[in-house]
Amino acid sequence: MTQATEVLIPSTPDEAARLFGDGAGVTVIGGGTIVLPDMTGGTLQPAKALLLSRAGLAGVSRNGGTVTIGAATPVADLVGLPAPLGPCAANIADGEIRSQATLGGNLCAGAGHDAPRGDLQGALLALDAVARSTGQDGESSQPLEEFLARHDARLLLDVSFDEPTAGAIAALDYPHTHEYTVLAVSGARGADGTVRLAATGLAGHGWRLRSAEAAAGDPEAAGAAAVADVRLGDDALASAWYREKTLPVLVRRVLTKLEEAT
Amino acid sequence: MNLTVNGVDHEIESGPLTTLLDVLREELGVTSPKAGCEQGGCGACTVLVDGEPRRSCLTAAASVDGAAVTTVEGLGTPEHLSPIQQAFTHHYAAQCGFCTSGMMMAAQAYVDGGGTDDREAIQEALGGHVCRCTGYVKIIDAVAAAARGDEFDLTVTAAGTAMTNLGGVA
Repeated sequence: MTQATEVLIPSTPDEAARLFGDGAGVTVIGGGTIVLPDMTGGTLQPAKALLLSRAGLAGVSRNGGTVTIGAATPVADLVGLPAPLGPCAANIADGEIRSQATLGGNLCAGAGHDAPRGDLQGALLALDAVARSTGQDGESSQPLEEFLARHDARLLLDVSFDEPTAGAIAALDYPHTHEYTVLAVSGARGADGTVRLAATGLAGHGWRLRSAEAAAGDPEAAGAAAVADVRLGDDALASAWYREKTLPVLVRRVLTKLEEAT
Repeated sequence: MNLTVNGVDHEIESGPLTTLLDVLREELGVTSPKAGCEQGGCGACTVLVDGEPRRSCLTAAASVDGAAVTTVEGLGTPEHLSPIQQAFTHHYAAQCGFCTSGMMMAAQAYVDGGGTDDREAIQEALGGHVCRCTGYVKIIDAVAAAARGDEFDLTVTAAGTAMTNLGGVA
């Protein structure tokens, strides 16, 4: 394996932010489940690697009704959280991978080579999560939706969200030991009664289903409307055609579950 | 960097981003963890890191600096197989054997964690491990037996036939 010329191992969040700097040429390694195979396969040869395993960026905390999750928190630590995030985390890969893979990798690694990834994006978009990150212009917080759309180098520090009054997720399962998510829809009802919906398994990152949200009172109409919200792709797991046919079903299921949970 | 592998302390010379799998196999000559897919998809490289099952192919050496690593070599010896190894032997849970090391380490963690002989729970615990011989039924039989604490007569198989010479099974 080709070694990075420089490996940085910060021991505090502040040190991680300082070593990340403007992010130029920095490959961030959380659990390593995405970066290490790319390095082993020779498709990634980082010049500078920032290893977050000891950076103090892991942990789930609650302050009132607000949940904050550190970027280096293993996916396994999210499994016990309420829907949609808990069941979404439980549906990722297997126990060994969940113990190693981190929230940050799931949100920041970008699209996969032959299958969608970033399962947690949909659940956290539905929860209207806020991402706190650092980079060239220093530290800032912004809605996760805007963070996912950024193209500049950012080091995610944590995400936070207000606990919903109800949450639900519906996913197409894949018959494999690894449950790569073919398509999943997450929903959450906020304290003000607003329903937010988001999908993962799309071409690119997770996406809010705003047309479906606008029709949330009518699950049938919401399901039909959701198709216009997203860009669907063909990949190793499913065709865009199949996803288009099944997205409305998942939207209906989530809205029905939300109704039942309220 | 330092690692304690099967109770023996080692100073590690490989680079910090070398996979734990390569450290074990290439630097230390510990070859029970297998290089299967090297993408985290098969489980053949699973070892215990401070008692927790981890894919060694996904683990950067620097991220486990100072940890205690256990591999099959640390379970038992050919003369004194560990309970997990006895269960796998008795139940003929190895065919080609390539997945067996990872399966046994995941099984060890499952039993150490108080796992029962519930087959669904065993499937969940071993869910990341692929057996290309498709010998899952006997593997689950073996883990269930180990979880129950069954004791075995290793001169016969679970099917009651005489055990053939498996001298190198450990």
